Amino acid sequence: MTALTDLTLFEARAGLAAKQFSAVELVDAHIRAVEATRSLNMFITETLEQAAAAALLSDNKLAAGTGGPMEGLPIGMKDLFCTKGVQTTAGSKILEGFIPPYESTVSGNLARAGAISLGKLNLDEFAMGSSNITSAYGPVVSPWTRAGDNRSLVPGGSSGGSAAAVSARVVLAATGTDTGGSIRQPAAFCGIVGLKPTYGRCSRWGIVAFASSLDQAGTMTRSVGDAALMLNSMAGYDPGDSTSANLPLPDFTEAMSGDMRGLKVGVPSEYRMEGTNPEILALWDRGLEWLRQAGAEILPVSLPHTRYALATYYIVAPAEASSNLARYDGVRFGLRVPGATLDEMYENTRAAGFGAEVKRRILIGAYVLSAGYYDAYYLQAQRVRALIARDFKQAFEKVDLLLTPTAPTAAFAAGEKMDDPIAMYLNDVFTVPASLAGLPGASVPAGLSSEGLPLGLQLIGKPFDEATVVRGARAIELAAAFSATPDLSRFRGGAK
Amino acid sequence: MSLDKQTVARVATLARIKIPDSELEGLAGELAQIVGWIEQLNAVDTTGIEPMARVVDMKLPMREDRVTVPSDAKGVLSNGPGATPEFFAVPKVVE
Repeated sequence: MTALTDLTLFEARAGLAAKQFSAVELVDAHIRAVEATRSLNMFITETLEQAAAAALLSDNKLAAGTGGPMEGLPIGMKDLFCTKGVQTTAGSKILEGFIPPYESTVSGNLARAGAISLGKLNLDEFAMGSSNITSAYGPVVSPWTRAGDNRSLVPGGSSGGSAAAVSARVVLAATGTDTGGSIRQPAAFCGIVGLKPTYGRCSRWGIVAFASSLDQAGTMTRSVGDAALMLNSMAGYDPGDSTSANLPLPDFTEAMSGDMRGLKVGVPSEYRMEGTNPEILALWDRGLEWLRQAGAEILPVSLPHTRYALATYYIVAPAEASSNLARYDGVRFGLRVPGATLDEMYENTRAAGFGAEVKRRILIGAYVLSAGYYDAYYLQAQRVRALIARDFKQAFEKVDLLLTPTAPTAAFAAGEKMDDPIAMYLNDVFTVPASLAGLPGASVPAGLSSEGLPLGLQLIGKPFDEATVVRGARAIELAAAFSATPDLSRFRGGAK
Repeated sequence: MSLDKQTVARVATLARIKIPDSELEGLAGELAQIVGWIEQLNAVDTTGIEPMARVVDMKLPMREDRVTVPSDAKGVLSNGPGATPEFFAVPKVVE
């Protein structure tokens, strides 16, 4: 029999229903996996005792036939979701010790569906980063390594703990959030499926805010079907988030045929950038061929403002972050560093509580919003953002989906790309444009690099058409038959 | 526009982040590099384009002005550093 930690959500659910194992056994196997992989630094706060207790309740519910759609399934929660009674840090020292007196809508939805959280997963500080090295709680180590090279690699970011934990088989699935690629890029780096729904599909209520017009919660799973299953439980209208979409929620698991007949898939020519790794381009071509074989028609499309997306993002996101992070002032929660005056207390607290990348972005944000520069930087960026969104709208008049690479490279080692913030920002070159337009996107593992590292392909869909994204992702999943797993014996000392 | 030490010091004050003088120079260099890079947007012709303030084409909903979440003063205050049982506490601001 497959190890309990190797199951998909679907398989685990079926196993529980058939009484092949209990929720207690399933959760216990994952608790042991968490304990055996602590060297990867994936969790900021573990909630293993609560999880064990919840598993008992799940078994009762399953026996009584009152279990939810994710009853008894062990998951991990990105530490950006506020969880009632459980420390929530956003990866920042400034929130150390913060115990929310409330539960985020998404984590509450998952708990109501029966999912059991094993703890709060590490992330880049305030979700700002593409490598997980900006976490105040130390970097996450990817369970993957290059063939014949023992150096630690980054899991991607900002949902790096989530991606690593799903890949390392310590949780069946995890939540992520995506502002410019923070679900899709780490999913690609760790060889798992990452789905960012349309902006507005999942409530932002109770998620520590980074950039409010971009932030969106999503799923990190080991299969496309699991992404659909988990999204069913996470998504939905919430009056607590004024930008939450009051739209009917389809059953996303119904889009699992992998049949692409009648669908048109666009290939944005601007994404074929000069200098892109030939391996990535070859994988992209292979992906297009897979979709063609599944019945899709492949068409070239143009997104002419693509090359301005990153610069636009690095004005809009820091501007929103500088406003959102103004609340960390040492008064209502988290860290306080004393000062002689109120202002000095603010300044000391924020100097000690924020890391270098967060400070950098707050300062950029405050600068582009400051008197005299607001029009030149912020309003101009919002106008370019409108053009980027218009590009997508026009492309989607011709096609149903877009296929692109997820990231320009495979995972890199901690220490590489660290000196130059802009080089780090380039990781998100393929994911940021869809974020700016609020579109749903998914990364699906599609192959290995010559160094033996996972590479992902990205599907981008029309607003609120996650179903078609899932359908395309499923077609890629079926054709790619990606089955590589990281060598876990290295971290577990061979123990099982 | 060059991002010099004085500008960084001014923005840091606006953002209420204490930056030691010794770090201003290096930070100015880093920020100038980023701002120089984002200035490529000036090349885009945006004549007649409305700034995009929201992603999804929908009106913000209005709701009745009433309490929707029960008050939990104790829970909220429990996270305030130095808070008393009834109030958040800050350094004295009036003499």
